[in-house]
Amino acid sequence: MILSFLISPGNAFAENAVLIQSTTSTKNSGFFQYILPLIKTETGLTANVVAVGTGAAIKNAEKCNGDLLIVHAQNRERAFVQAGFGSNRKNLMYNDFIIVGPKEDPSQIKSSQTIENALKRIATDKHKFASRGDDSGTNIKELELWELTGIKPHDFSGDWYLELGSGMGTTLNAGVELNAYVFTDRATWLSFKNKQNFQVLFEGDTHLFNQYGIISVNPSHCPRTKYNEANKIITWLTSARGQEAIKNFKLDDQQLFFPNVISE
Amino acid sequence: MFKNINESSKILLPISLNNIAYHKNGNQIISETSLTIKSKGITVIMGPNGSGKSVLVRLLHGLLVPTKGVIYYGKHPLKKSIRKKQAMVFQTPTLLKRTVLANMTFVNSIRGRIDLTYCKNILKLLSLEKFQSYPAQLLSAGEKQRLALARALILQPHILFLDEPTANLDPSSIHLIEQILKNVRESGVKIIFITHDIGQAKRIADDIIFINKGKILEYTNTSLFFQKPQNKETAAYLEGELIL
Amino acid sequence: MIISFDQDLFEILLLSMKINFISLMIACILGLPFGSALAVLRFPVRKTIIAISNALMSLPPVVVGLIVYLYLSRSGPLGWLELLYTPTAMIVAQVILITPIIISLTCQIIEDLQEDYREYFSSLVMPPQKAIKAYLYDARYSLVTVVLAGFGRAISEVGAVIIVGGNIDHLTRVMTTSISLETSKGNLALALALGIILLTISLSVNFLAAFFKNSAKRKAYV
Repeated sequence: MILSFLISPGNAFAENAVLIQSTTSTKNSGFFQYILPLIKTETGLTANVVAVGTGAAIKNAEKCNGDLLIVHAQNRERAFVQAGFGSNRKNLMYNDFIIVGPKEDPSQIKSSQTIENALKRIATDKHKFASRGDDSGTNIKELELWELTGIKPHDFSGDWYLELGSGMGTTLNAGVELNAYVFTDRATWLSFKNKQNFQVLFEGDTHLFNQYGIISVNPSHCPRTKYNEANKIITWLTSARGQEAIKNFKLDDQQLFFPNVISE
Repeated sequence: MFKNINESSKILLPISLNNIAYHKNGNQIISETSLTIKSKGITVIMGPNGSGKSVLVRLLHGLLVPTKGVIYYGKHPLKKSIRKKQAMVFQTPTLLKRTVLANMTFVNSIRGRIDLTYCKNILKLLSLEKFQSYPAQLLSAGEKQRLALARALILQPHILFLDEPTANLDPSSIHLIEQILKNVRESGVKIIFITHDIGQAKRIADDIIFINKGKILEYTNTSLFFQKPQNKETAAYLEGELIL
Repeated sequence: MIISFDQDLFEILLLSMKINFISLMIACILGLPFGSALAVLRFPVRKTIIAISNALMSLPPVVVGLIVYLYLSRSGPLGWLELLYTPTAMIVAQVILITPIIISLTCQIIEDLQEDYREYFSSLVMPPQKAIKAYLYDARYSLVTVVLAGFGRAISEVGAVIIVGGNIDHLTRVMTTSISLETSKGNLALALALGIILLTISLSVNFLAAFFKNSAKRKAYV
């Protein structure tokens, strides 16, 4: 037995395991730990997750390293499908982005009406702002929001705008240490354990909507992809039972993801 | 060249061994012995291989500590300040990985300021001046041993120990070293010299210690030693026989 | 990409070199005399210290990073220094990682040299400080290898510096953390290009040292 394990280490992961390329923000929230066992019992399929930034997850899938993609950057996801790399894209669920910071709220963003206004106040104040700077879905979203304000934060990189080139958790840690505002998804924030004196300071703007999509890798691009298995998982996750399961994933009694199946 | 050792330093002589013995791992290397070595001249230590010659010299120089007994220099037991007035030349010289001159200045610096002229003069005395900026490790065996002697002399020792310095050297190097030792002796430095070479002992020794199996069998002046050996081991050794 | 040497890359490269150089220098200033003293002097806990220092050679960088992080964190004992996420914090972590390597290897090399020199130095009645200095000087070319080992660890280190430095662009981003970031972004080509630069630096330094050592060998100084 041990011998066979040595000869074919691939066996350690069951042959029919589906490889999901997903994002750190989803994984850090504990979502996969919760949902993968349910997928196993409901569909009989084993799935493994690689959690990287959305950008990297899409690139990995383009190289056929993965069977299923769960990410949050709609424009890129559509481009991925249009280029023939993926098929069967569905909106899976959503949550929202928030800005957290020290509870004294030095730039007074709590009273802002819009996200543009909140970001402008931080920029005018030149208060520290910790950005992931890693081309992740959250990072892409954050930059889109800066674009709305007309401010080019990169001009201040290393000054008050700090690009950490790290995952959400690391960026939150740094934000807490540096007393800097941080743009984060709610799921990661809720599951984050080192909040200290930090709290949610801005939320609720419609621009902060964070849509997750699910896409299976196109078998005509990647012949060896586990297309049928991947679709089986999509079908279950977007079914009434799957959506119910997503709804029931809670942390400290707070729902982290909101299911919203809209087939395209 | 060599400063005369002034009278006050004579207090450090003669060397007396007071019931000295040395054991290592339960083996007797030097068996209990008492002896006073004369204050002047070149004392040669002879004896077969493994007789304890090197150990005896290392005890005298303080590299080894006797298991029993005390070594006196004049009235003082051997201590650091006395050891600083001694120098030793080893059978295989340990040369620093530097130039010939740097080997000299290094030793010179240990006891005070570097006197470059003095270092160069001593090198000249041992015909090493042309090698002064040469890596010491690349010298020939004879040149290496001359450098070792030069380094010893720059310490201006009152007592100079030499452990078979000329074994395996070419005759001209041996001749040069012997000449220099004779000059050093004239300046009042006490010399203790180990050798295997009977001819060399005849050439340079004022008196001779003969040691066998850790026992000092004889200590007598050179002519007497060669004319009338006091015991059969000495006689046999001088005859060139193997002493078992 | 490498040929169009841009400002940002130059900045990252410069910071990498600065951090590595300073930490290596501090580690050498601490480690060379300490390692040498450890080889030369005889005192009761000497063997224990050598064993600990040997064990510390294989300190996992992330653990060092984490410990330095906790100390420098605002809630940590040295939080008032406000050093977390600064190049200084990265230097501190690097010094902790490199110094045991310098100490242990120096101690080994000096112990070997001592086999040759001990009796002669004893005959000279050398004061210990002088002996330590002389050993360091005569082992100078062998110690180049020790410094190289430290350099190798410093330049390849990512686990600790990313934790205490935070990989902040224009502040604490260095070569290794950039490579890690570009890989996580999926920019494998850029990551590889950065890796090639890092490798080139490392190889050139090693070649230079080998050349230096060989010329010393011809003079029998090694």
